[in-house]
Amino acid sequence: MTLELSLNQQPAHTRQGSSIGQPLTRRDGFLKVTGAARYAADNHPSGMLYAVLAVSSIARGRVAALDVEAAKAHKGVVEVMTPRNRPALAADPDAKDHPFMFRLDLLQNEEVRYPNQTIAVVIAETLEAATEGAALLSPRYEALPARVGLDDAESFVPRGVGVGNPAVQHKGDVEAGLKSAKTRIEATYETPAQYHNAMEPHAIVAAWDGDKLSIDTPSQGLAMAQGRISGLFGIAPQNIHIRSPFLGGGFGSKGMISGPQVLGVLAARLVGRPVKLVLRREQMYGPVGHRAPTRQTLRMGMDGEGRLTAIHHHAKTASSTFDDFFEPAADASHTLYASPAITTSHEAVRLDTGTPLFMRAPGEATGSIALESAIDEAAHACGMDPLEFRLRNYAEVEPMTGKPFSSKALRECYSQAAKAFGWASRPLQPRLMRDADGFLTGWGVGTATFPAIMFQAEARAVLKADGSGLMETGAQDMGQGAWTAFAQIAADGLGLDIDQVDFRAGSSDLPNAGIAGGSGHTATAGMAIHNAGAAVIARLADLATGNEASPLFGADNEGVVARGGRLYRRDDENRSESYAEILTRAGLTEIEGHGKGAPDAASQETYAKHAHGAVFAEVKVDPDFGQIRVTRLVGAFAAGRVINPRLVRSQYYGGMIWGVSFALHEEAITDRRSGRIQNANLAEYHVPVNADVPSVEAILIHEDDPYVNALGIKGVGEIGIIGTAGAVANAVWHATGVRPRRFPIRIEDLLG
Amino acid sequence: MRDFSYFRASSLDAARQAAALPGTMLLAGGTTLIDLAKCGVAEPDTLVDITHLKGLDRIDVNERGATIGALAKMGHIADHADIKSRFPAISEALWQAASAQIRNMATIGGNLMQRTRCPYFRGPANFSACNKREPGSGCSAIGGVTRGHAVLGTSEACIAMYPGDLATALVAFDATVHLGERKLLVDDFFLLPGSTPDREHAIEPGEMITSIEIPSSAAAHRSTYLKIRDRQSYEFAAASAAVGIEFEADGRTIRDLRVALGGVATKPWRARAVEEALKGKVLEPETVRAASRLAVEGAVDHGANHYKIELAPRVVARAILKLGETA
Amino acid sequence: MTKIPVHLDINGTHHHLELEPRVTLLDALRDRLGLTGTKKGCDHGQCGACTVHVDGERVLACLTLAAQTEGRTITTIEGLAREGELHPVQAAFLEQDAFQCGYCTPGQIMSAVACIREGHAGSDEEIREYMAGNLCRCGAYPHIVAAVRQAALEVAS
Repeated sequence: MTLELSLNQQPAHTRQGSSIGQPLTRRDGFLKVTGAARYAADNHPSGMLYAVLAVSSIARGRVAALDVEAAKAHKGVVEVMTPRNRPALAADPDAKDHPFMFRLDLLQNEEVRYPNQTIAVVIAETLEAATEGAALLSPRYEALPARVGLDDAESFVPRGVGVGNPAVQHKGDVEAGLKSAKTRIEATYETPAQYHNAMEPHAIVAAWDGDKLSIDTPSQGLAMAQGRISGLFGIAPQNIHIRSPFLGGGFGSKGMISGPQVLGVLAARLVGRPVKLVLRREQMYGPVGHRAPTRQTLRMGMDGEGRLTAIHHHAKTASSTFDDFFEPAADASHTLYASPAITTSHEAVRLDTGTPLFMRAPGEATGSIALESAIDEAAHACGMDPLEFRLRNYAEVEPMTGKPFSSKALRECYSQAAKAFGWASRPLQPRLMRDADGFLTGWGVGTATFPAIMFQAEARAVLKADGSGLMETGAQDMGQGAWTAFAQIAADGLGLDIDQVDFRAGSSDLPNAGIAGGSGHTATAGMAIHNAGAAVIARLADLATGNEASPLFGADNEGVVARGGRLYRRDDENRSESYAEILTRAGLTEIEGHGKGAPDAASQETYAKHAHGAVFAEVKVDPDFGQIRVTRLVGAFAAGRVINPRLVRSQYYGGMIWGVSFALHEEAITDRRSGRIQNANLAEYHVPVNADVPSVEAILIHEDDPYVNALGIKGVGEIGIIGTAGAVANAVWHATGVRPRRFPIRIEDLLG
Repeated sequence: MRDFSYFRASSLDAARQAAALPGTMLLAGGTTLIDLAKCGVAEPDTLVDITHLKGLDRIDVNERGATIGALAKMGHIADHADIKSRFPAISEALWQAASAQIRNMATIGGNLMQRTRCPYFRGPANFSACNKREPGSGCSAIGGVTRGHAVLGTSEACIAMYPGDLATALVAFDATVHLGERKLLVDDFFLLPGSTPDREHAIEPGEMITSIEIPSSAAAHRSTYLKIRDRQSYEFAAASAAVGIEFEADGRTIRDLRVALGGVATKPWRARAVEEALKGKVLEPETVRAASRLAVEGAVDHGANHYKIELAPRVVARAILKLGETA
Repeated sequence: MTKIPVHLDINGTHHHLELEPRVTLLDALRDRLGLTGTKKGCDHGQCGACTVHVDGERVLACLTLAAQTEGRTITTIEGLAREGELHPVQAAFLEQDAFQCGYCTPGQIMSAVACIREGHAGSDEEIREYMAGNLCRCGAYPHIVAAVRQAALEVAS
């Protein structure tokens, strides 16, 4: 089958560059290593007050009384905002105009629907006074019993999961497939609630000037935040200026503007002065999203040669009592393994928690650890090496849809990572390897896949008469390296050296760059930048090729190439002219061009677009203590074109460490009586420390994909987690013979 | 955090006098006190900063033992060459505690006053019942999330675990704490919760820890601190053991043995039953493992912390056997 | 409560403040002195983002009262580079890509400088243990270890 798509046709006027692909150090690096990078909470406008949230200690019920007088009597406290005096909003914070408008708790009433919900905001001259004022409110409650576990409420089938996927999907006849199978497995896995815990707590500095609003706050989606605030306050989006040059981590929790951030804006409105509001760490366990818990059951059938005859992946999850977000865990089984019959299904309950939201690889990470564990169980049931089993069931087309992949270098990932890891010498049976110190040693593999998503973005490019360039897009850098990677794309797009390009981002008064999420920011905003560059170069080329005085006159049919600040005739590179010369002759100080980035509908219909990877893990388990140590991780990833390998490697490492964390560390533990999370802090909610992280290797597999977008970019932000968590779990099994079915795997699970 | 007055103690006597006043607390490294003040657990009216007092941070090691001033920092003690060589378990307990930053702040005196990590104790805004905080108010932990709670030394009033590492090693080696005129075995300094879990230390108003004394012994010289935890570092113990051993001239028969447990009890837990069972015995893995089970005699779990009863004896056995290997 | 005078010596500059005693060094740096390079991640000594040096030793500014540090010498991330030239640890962090979002980075760097000075950067394993008090949610740990290793060699030579 030949598929012809006109995505990557060479335009008449092209750019050639060398910035893309270079392992440049971060352009924001100097600011970050010197402490000069200004995060939201580092701003301090004159006259600013401090706001501190008072939050509910119950999970469900209502606030019966608050000692506002005691708080106000504390020296330095200026005002206490409660449902009684909270400034009016133009829209109901409980209204839901579309599925991705999430309901916010903005002191609309006294009702409490989850622990750590805001019940008042104390505003004071100092942080200390505001903090103590919040404590002095000494709330009294009328509490109702909390519903905290997956069995505590009535189960239902949600209307959609994730970003609107059907809750139940079928291909073929799973029951028939299971019936015809020679070997079958069925296993249930549980994953806990997890919290993003970006190092930077959500923070906002808000200042009103009449009906104009100025905000410093971390945001993964500036235009969406602007739109939400516009709707809530009834002011035009252009009257809201949000600056978010640096996010101290986001991982999904800063994708949508959260309730506390809007409360900062309300507090500023109430007191008529600029206000800073920063969440305390424990307050991040509720109003800013989390990864919902799941219980997943996988049933698989295999024929006599280890080929899958059926996969049924069922997931039970939870949302809040007042809003809808359903972790699409079972959908992880749509993409990876070939099977004539696949069913994915979801059910859910409503619990007294904050609304779960997108958290790095939502659905994929949760579903993958269960799927990869089950695949391992299936391989073992068939007496096959887990890698061989995965290759036996390699999907040549997307299993659920039958669509061809736009590109898929997964075989190369398997082979290179396996070789680097030394997989070939792995014994089939568990509990056979010990190291010199007597530790049980195990090796496991996991496969990773993540969709190559694109959103919508715009960019504006300018070429100036001094020969320099400017590229603007409201992109967001939460650590993935947007400041650098986009500057590289901009440089190539403008045919300039990177130091000749002024790249501006992180502000809502720039063109909408879409959201930094779904691993789609580099592709989306990158394409907008690329196209804006093309547009301005085309204008420049028109100026030159249409002017008799230019050495490029008449080249319009042949086209020109932009490189190093000059245009060259494509058919005769001896004829060229600098940008400065062209603009100066035309009497222009600057010219501009605009570009958009968006998914291509035609190729979307035709192709399944995914990044892929394979991760191999080695763990060592103390046979007496059950203490697990990950000692080696080797991953290989194919994710289309790599803009900056230095940054991409960091993204893969980070993702892989999140995978270790998923398998071994993270879990929010709730007191069943009160519904409160008992480890809402960084001492007892465990994320890995440096000593937990072993030798990590990430191999970048070359992959050309002409269909995802003209730049061939897929996305690397989330795929590292996927596969890694399962690889670690499978390695634990291989070391101990104990199959982990509940995550994180803890000492007590392996004590025997 | 409530506001308070802040003074610097001009002398040891002034500090002691201040400490006798109601609502007044001594401030050293602050790693427990400032943390708990932020949690709303500690509500001092006055803090008396003793960190500028001279001469209280000395570390003296001689034939008889080690004398460590109350204001010596955990990190300095851990890295002290003579402590490392003569009291390895002390150094190991210290460097495996908390983080390098906290060890640079926390003093050895303050470390002995470290409070439990029980989330019910630490959350007065969320859980009003805590006998440790408010005598007679009840215990929220019983029936709650208990994975980190004690299995030894508990009472109906309190199951909060003592989280420290250093004191576990101190009780193993019969260290004493000097409270000015008075001195006490560290083992006696820590109190069982019983019906008065609010009273954790045998220290009276007006008293102040001035130094710790660790007597030299062959067992302390050949000692180790083994700490098992969920994370590899920056984490409290799931179970830990401070162990010291002295062999007879044959190099196999145990003459003296010291065993103390951390991470499992309401106070640093000396496991004398293990010591007595093994003294005079030849060091054999099976004998050691069997005797180590005595470490958790009388243990009571609260569900999620049951694993500590399984884990602690294994930690003890490993530590003893490891010391045997180095013969 | 009444404010008390506090004199602080930070990055070679003397500051005179009137502070409530409960003000931590971290909040004094960030809110009173505009030295916002030092970050607040947890405010309870659980993350290391607020690591600064007091008398040359790494400590947590969130659990230190500002008043306690009078008479001591404080160094923050802003005081590390000399005349615009990066400290070797800063340069190594940049070169090794030892950070992503950058929020924990000032604390990591202050911790790393002290880690090397203490003599606890002798091996990768030792670096991992002695840098364990600085959480990095982005997961830059392998590159942090590489940066500390590189800087330790440079400082030694």
